[in-house]
Formats: sequence, C-alpha cells, structure tokens
Amino acid sequence: MTDSRGAFGRVARRPETGSFLGLIITYAFFALFGGQVFITAPGWSSWLNAAAEVGIVALPVGLLMIAGLLDISVGAVLPASSLTVAIISGHYDLPLPLGIAGGLAIGLAVGWINGLLVTRTTIPSLIITIGTMFGVMGLTLGLTILIAGSTGVFIVPDVVTKSIFGSAINNMFQVVIFWWAGFVAAVFFLLHLSPWGNWVFALGGDRDSARNAGIPTDRVTIQLYMLSGFAAAFVGVTQVITFGSAQVAAGSSFIFNSIMCVVIGGVLLTGGAGSVVGIVLGTITFAIVNQGIFFTRLDPNIGSIIIGALLLIAVLTNDGFRKLALSASTKKA
Amino acid sequence: MSATKSTPILAMRGVNKSFGPHDVLHDINLEVRAGEVLCLLGDNGAGKSTVIRLLSGVHRPTSGTIELDGKPVGFDNPRAASDLGIATVHQFGGTFPLMTIGRSFFVGAEPTRRWGPFKVFDRKKANAIAVKAVRDFGITRIDDGDRLVGGLSGGERQSLAIARAVHFGARVLILDEPTAALGVKQASHVLRIVNEAKRRGLAVIFITHQVTHAMAVGDHFAVLIRGAVAADFRKGQKTREEITDLMAGGEAMAELEAMIEGYAASQDGHAPQVA
Repeated sequence: MTDSRGAFGRVARRPETGSFLGLIITYAFFALFGGQVFITAPGWSSWLNAAAEVGIVALPVGLLMIAGLLDISVGAVLPASSLTVAIISGHYDLPLPLGIAGGLAIGLAVGWINGLLVTRTTIPSLIITIGTMFGVMGLTLGLTILIAGSTGVFIVPDVVTKSIFGSAINNMFQVVIFWWAGFVAAVFFLLHLSPWGNWVFALGGDRDSARNAGIPTDRVTIQLYMLSGFAAAFVGVTQVITFGSAQVAAGSSFIFNSIMCVVIGGVLLTGGAGSVVGIVLGTITFAIVNQGIFFTRLDPNIGSIIIGALLLIAVLTNDGFRKLALSASTKKA
Repeated sequence: MSATKSTPILAMRGVNKSFGPHDVLHDINLEVRAGEVLCLLGDNGAGKSTVIRLLSGVHRPTSGTIELDGKPVGFDNPRAASDLGIATVHQFGGTFPLMTIGRSFFVGAEPTRRWGPFKVFDRKKANAIAVKAVRDFGITRIDDGDRLVGGLSGGERQSLAIARAVHFGARVLILDEPTAALGVKQASHVLRIVNEAKRRGLAVIFITHQVTHAMAVGDHFAVLIRGAVAADFRKGQKTREEITDLMAGGEAMAELEAMIEGYAASQDGHAPQVA
C-alpha cells in the first residue's frame, strides 16, 4: 500500500522532521565555531549533562502540552524537593532514602494539587500553576529559614546514593544522563504504545469529546500533573546529591527552558499533537545552543538570541508541518 | 418485527425544558422507530439544540419523560446515553483532527495486544477495523488508518463519525446539522450514509434547516418553532415550499426565495443589494 513516494511523504509529514533538521543545523554550526573541544567528549558531556537535567522535566511538560495544559510550577518544585532532601537527611541527619522519598513526595503532592485545581475550576492551567509556583516558592523559603536558619542547606550523601544519583563517568558524563534515558523510554511507552497515550492526545484534541468517549479526563489530568511534579522533584534530588547542597533560588530556569525544549521539539502549543522523539530532539538542540555558546568565541548573550530565534522558527514550522500534515492527505488520489 | 414497528426506540412525551425563568421547550412529543429517519427542522434558536442535548444526556427535562423502547429513562450524562445506544454526531464530526483515523476511531475504547508484560495499543487492528467500518459505508477513498482525521473532507469526517457510532453499537443516531458546513457533493455523501444507516435498521434523528436535505432522506418530519412542535407530518404530506414557510414561522419564505432567485437570474446571478 505504501510506495517509496508515500514513505518519503510520511517522513516529511512527521512533525519531528523539522526538529531533526534544526538539530543537525545547530550541531553543525557549533561544530564549526566551537573548535575541536566541542566535538570531543568534553563538549558532548557538557550538553548531554544539561540536556539530561532539563530533558527529564521537559518530557512530562511535553505530555501536558500535548493534552493542552501548562505547568509553570516545576520551577518551584525542583528546589522544594532539593531542600526537602537536604533538610531531612542533612539538617536532621535522618536516612537518605527517607529524604529522597520526602523530596519525591513533595513533587507528587504539588502535582496532585495542580491537577485537582485544574479539573475542579475553570481557571486556565497557566494561571493555576503560576499560583502554585509562588505558593511552593514562598513555603520553601519560609520553612527553610524557619528550620535551618538560612536559605542554603548542606548534605553529605553516602557513597552508594551518590553513585546512583550524583556520580559522573570520567568526571564528565553525569549519571543523570542514564536516568534521562530511562524517563525517555518510560514516557515513550506511555504516550505512544499504551492506550493511556491515546487519551492524552484526545484530551488535547477536544476535552469534551474525550469525556463523552468515556475517557476519565479528570483522572488523566491529575496523573499528568503528578508526573511533571515527580520529574521536577527527581531532578531536584539528583541536584542536591550531586552538589551536596540545596539553594532556594535554584530551578526557575527550568520553567521556560522545559517549555522551549518541548516547543522546539515540535509539540503544538495548542495541544493535540507532539511526540517523545520530537521532545528529545528539541531538548538536545536547546542544550547544544545553551552550552555550545561557551565553546565559541561569541558573546554568550548571543546564545540567548539564537535560542529565541530557534523558538520562533520552531513555532512557525510546527504550524507549517501541521498544515502540511492536514493537506497532504487530502490530495491523495 | 411488528413490535419494533409499533414501539418507537426513542420518544419524548410531553417534555418541557426551562433554564431558570426561560422556557425553552414546551410540551415536545417526538418519536423515532428503527429504520426510520426523523427530520427535526427549525430556524436558528427554535430549540433544536436543546432537543439534542436532552436526548443525548447533556441536560435533563424539566418535566415530561424520555422513553427508550417504551420505558422511561433518565440519562445522567452523555456517557450514559451513549452506553444505551444513543450516539450524537456533531457538525464537525466531533473527532480529533490531529489524530490518525485508527486512533481517533477507538478513543476511549482502545484495542490492545500483549507486548511482553505490557498491554499496548494495537495500531494495526485499530486501523484495519476503522478503515473497514468506514469503507462499508461506501467511503472508499479512505484506505489508510494512519492518515490524520484533519486531512479528510468534511463529508468524510461525518462519515467516519457515523461509522464509529454504528461500530460501537448505536441504535439511535442523532445527527446535528451534518450537512450545514458542506458543499453539494459532500452533503450528498452524508445523505447517502444516512440512508445506509437507515437501511441497517438504525433510528436516525436528522437535525437540519436545509429542507431539500431533509426531504432527500426523511420519513417523518417535525418542525420546531419557538420551542414547540409546530407541525408533525410524514413523507409526501407537504411540499418543500410549505415546509420552508412553516420553518420561517408562517411567513411566505418560499415566495421571497423565488423572488430573489428570479432577480438573480435576471441580473447575471447577482443577489439584490440590501438597502
């Protein structure tokens, strides 16, 4: 049924194709201007480490965006989780697994609250998660000062935990890269292979129709927010174990960075379309620009300009690819 | 067979509906039998949408009853109505434009297969069933379940939605203005599918304000004016002009139409200018 032209058309119509081309061009640019170091192990490790951290958060944020929702609160969950681990296992010196469980539980709890508020009210998810972001940020700051007396808390992780969450191979490639790979596999399964993934797409396509088709839309929404809360908290855990300290101010860069990775990866801002492969490609592209700029002799501020331009191009091409996807199939004889 | 002939599948008996102080429907009596198309005609704001919402479980009647197979029923939500075999297809098909045909066909009822310890969405099976279901309705242009729904024409999307409803066991099809946004050729596709659904023994409630479309498929007609059934008649009992006049509230709409057409013919197809 599929001739070669059809196969080509199918590849060209895939939304990831644009993201992949963007990645190739971006990498070629920095390989050219970044010097020898960029294309060898230190260069790769620098952007892979950055990609892994933001990538773990970008995956569930991407799922939410496919379902037509946003999550800004990840930027506050991340330091809240770090500090929870540091306070439980550093300040109070309780076992580290308990601290990690506490940190992850904070993420799940904030996600649950987000999901509950989004499903029980008609307030846009952007506003709700901005609200919970400030709430969590304020609570984190207040409680940390109340308990620990300062805005930074220290922790000395044991060797085993350190190697699981915070070690680096050759002092370059952080173990979080493997965790990212695990998250990619899990989220790929959830979105593209399990029936649940079909519900996420339907939710972003038309919430009312999805509900009428028998999808438990509220439950799926709460699950999605709990997933993003968990992922942000997980990155918080790896950070506190890697650096041995937790800061209240950490994490706000993750808000926009995660959304940018997702959009550069071809997920539609309006929801209903997107893929895990695209999100991964977008994350890598973002990380290459973010880190690659330091390998060039260019002003680091130019990196921000490139990311801004990439974002605009991505939104335009996403729209273009969607139009192509919708029109190409009607022309079929 | 005689039982189904005498008992309507779905009926409204003396139904009233008001939203707060606003009475929207007064004493509505309608019935539809298996293998029959009931056309619900009416101008904008006549209460057609409210009738649909009552029958599809979005709203509940203020008073009066809805009967299914002669027994009173109450639908708590649209899901309850569709579980009892009442399927509503909206103007734009109510489907997901950016999903594939196979995936959107099975939204909420995904077929799965085992993959190691996991249960995964069975894409091949979903595509095959979806494509077959819609082809059985005569839409042979659809042959690939991986195509996006949004790439289909308006008529094909309607057909897909109808085929989906039938596949999932619908006995009553409520079609909400299925031809309103379509061109002549696309509309005729949809009308053919309505006839096919009727031939398969489904009861169809066809909501429209296009009298020609209604007359092409209808067995039984009801005209709604300001929330009440103004006329209830069977095929062949009234002419197109009479029905159009009824819908416009008794004004001589047909005459006006004829005048405009006459004017347009004499002015190279230009409609008269509105002062």
